[in-house]
Amino acid sequence: MEVMVILVPLALGLGLVGLLGFLWSLKSGQYDDLEGAAWRAIADDEPAPEIPPE
Amino acid sequence: MQATRDFSHYVKDAGAGLSHIDLAVEGVSCAGCMSKIERGLSAIPDVTLARVNLTDRRVALEWKQGALDPARFIDRLAELGYKAYPFETASAEAAEAEQSRFLMRCLGVAAFATMNVMMLSVPVWSGNVSDMIPEQRDFFHWLSALIALPAAAYAGQPFFRSAFRALRTGNVNMDVPISIGVLLALGMSVFETVHHAEHTYFDAAIMLLTFLLVGRYLDQSMRQRTRAVAGNLAALKAETATKFVGADEISEVPVAAIVPGDIVLLRPGERCAVDGTVIEGRSEIDQSLITGETLYVAAQHGTAVYAGSLNMTGTLRVRVSAASEATLLAEITRLLDNALQARSRYVRLADRASRFYAPVVHATALLTILGWMLMGASWHDAIVTGVAVLIITCPCALGLAIPTVQTVASGAMFKAGVLLNSGDSIERLAEVDHVIFDKTGTLTLPELEVVNSSKVPEAALGLAGQLALASHHPAAAAVARAAGARSPLRGAIEEPGQGVRGTFEGVEVRLGRPSFCGAERLADETHDLDPEASIVAFRCGEERYVFAVRQQLRADARAVVSALQQRHIAVEILSGDREQAVLAAARALGIREWRAGVTPADKIARIEDLKREGYKVMMVGDGLNDAPSLAAAHVSMSPISAAHLSQATADLVFLGRPLAPVVAAIDFSRKALHLMRQNLWLAVGYNLLAVPIAISGVVTPLIAAAAMSGSSLLVMLNALRARRVAQGEARWK
Repeated sequence: MEVMVILVPLALGLGLVGLLGFLWSLKSGQYDDLEGAAWRAIADDEPAPEIPPE
Repeated sequence: MQATRDFSHYVKDAGAGLSHIDLAVEGVSCAGCMSKIERGLSAIPDVTLARVNLTDRRVALEWKQGALDPARFIDRLAELGYKAYPFETASAEAAEAEQSRFLMRCLGVAAFATMNVMMLSVPVWSGNVSDMIPEQRDFFHWLSALIALPAAAYAGQPFFRSAFRALRTGNVNMDVPISIGVLLALGMSVFETVHHAEHTYFDAAIMLLTFLLVGRYLDQSMRQRTRAVAGNLAALKAETATKFVGADEISEVPVAAIVPGDIVLLRPGERCAVDGTVIEGRSEIDQSLITGETLYVAAQHGTAVYAGSLNMTGTLRVRVSAASEATLLAEITRLLDNALQARSRYVRLADRASRFYAPVVHATALLTILGWMLMGASWHDAIVTGVAVLIITCPCALGLAIPTVQTVASGAMFKAGVLLNSGDSIERLAEVDHVIFDKTGTLTLPELEVVNSSKVPEAALGLAGQLALASHHPAAAAVARAAGARSPLRGAIEEPGQGVRGTFEGVEVRLGRPSFCGAERLADETHDLDPEASIVAFRCGEERYVFAVRQQLRADARAVVSALQQRHIAVEILSGDREQAVLAAARALGIREWRAGVTPADKIARIEDLKREGYKVMMVGDGLNDAPSLAAAHVSMSPISAAHLSQATADLVFLGRPLAPVVAAIDFSRKALHLMRQNLWLAVGYNLLAVPIAISGVVTPLIAAAAMSGSSLLVMLNALRARRVAQGEARWK
């Protein structure tokens, strides 16, 4: 059962990392436009600018 | 005179040498629009940020300070096919957004704690029937307490605060039993942990908070969304005025930047954005938004004009008597306060449920404690059982029952073209059994239309349309629309109060008053046929034609009226317009009850009468004269073209030309109310099953957790049904 000494803090630590990640994403405005974000994922990239021939 | 547009009022300093502006954009609805706008704007040099928010339908722009004029963005968006308006975030909206973020943070903390406490609880539950030693169990309980207590202290704030506010004013709301339940569960768990007991309820308490925060967040995000829509509506209205900045120099400025004493220019076809007095010029003005009267009023030196009146024929100079802040906005605030008071008189379904719920639950817990003591149980056991009753009855599903349905239903209504201005309007709308329509702008379309264009030869119509583009008059705009004209006739001159004239292939052409075109006889004939219409005459050389121009009924108005009647809803017209006009509309729509020439006070009196007879009245109107009656009615609705004041007062706003959203809104809200009631009964039914188990004292934390999440899921899934209304009800569309 000594393994719990490692496992329990590890589990809590990972959970805490997840929570901090969530708070960060909230603070950086990633939940401000949920509808737009859904569409941005499938929007085409801008065509690469044409390089003029030298 | 050189006109410039001045948007500096809306530009904010974003720091690091950048300027920032928010624009509300009309017609952004899909991913295509989003990338089109972002690319179109980013292509302008010196623009550092162009980002569309599809949820709020706004664009945020940043550029190098001083490098660009914000008017350029609006022009660019117009080129791309979108109408945009500068936008100022109202403080109420900012507060809603902040509250929404706070709830999201609470939800994140609570969800984190729930998952971790649950991770510790599951081994304890299974360990209780296998070989976990008491020391390990205690260790897990202490760890759970370490996570759950700070998390609950943070994430429980919304509930604790609201419960405290309610208790201080001597009321009880749903948050009181929630707070008591959570605090007792945590307190008892700590006590049990200290005494090395077998059961603790950390997981139940924190899970309860998580589920309830989901409900709270949904409720909040719905409110925030309606706020954003309302904010955009305010920006989309004619919020600019043409102000004289010099003797002959004019500038287009936002109304917010106008102060009393300023002089503004009102050109033909423009809607006045301020209250004031005419100091120069002669014209006719259309005050139908203010009074409902469709006949024009003559305006000259000394005539008072109000925000919302439409200038028809001549150019006017108006001295501002009160800027919009002082009159219109103050009036909106006053009426909104009234509406809010009316709203507070209406007891929401959730509050009605909690008023009944809280005393029953607390009495049951108390009786349980007393009962066990009488049966000879120890103090400790009796109290533990009593607290278990409170935990298991904690209104988790009740807290979710209504917000989930409201969120789903408001989303469905949004798709059907109806925007909610107030959260509880769904409940009130579902009860409606009497609908009162205003005529002008509500049953009819807001703009004028040519009704006899088929009687005029195509070539003449086309030419008239080109000529019409040179005029600002709304009737001319109707002719231009009917002809589908795109390019104006070159060299056309507008004669104020008369019409426009020009030359086409050497022949003089004129469009305007019948007397201006020498077509009085033709005009009289047409006027006899259709006394409601205004007449625009057109003369090309010696040929003369007349156009009958009027406000048409919305295309599906008749279908909507009969659909309402099918639902056993009485329909009535109350209009400030003349009897003739109202009678014609009532006949065409098959409405038997109508009243013409009514004043705003009469409208309120009629609504109060109906209320006394026990009817639940819905008022649908758009004019300023409707605003008080919109506030007085049980529930109210406005088209998007309505005046500021009415839109702010109405509970719901509908978009587009059809009237169909009125019926759709009623159908969706009826279904939603049905589901809310069903959800409440589901939650109560769950309690009826669980409470006897709790009273008998055999509840374990495992049972509490399973019952709580089970009932919450059931309620949420049931709420999803609010997306659709029965096929039979929707078919008539």
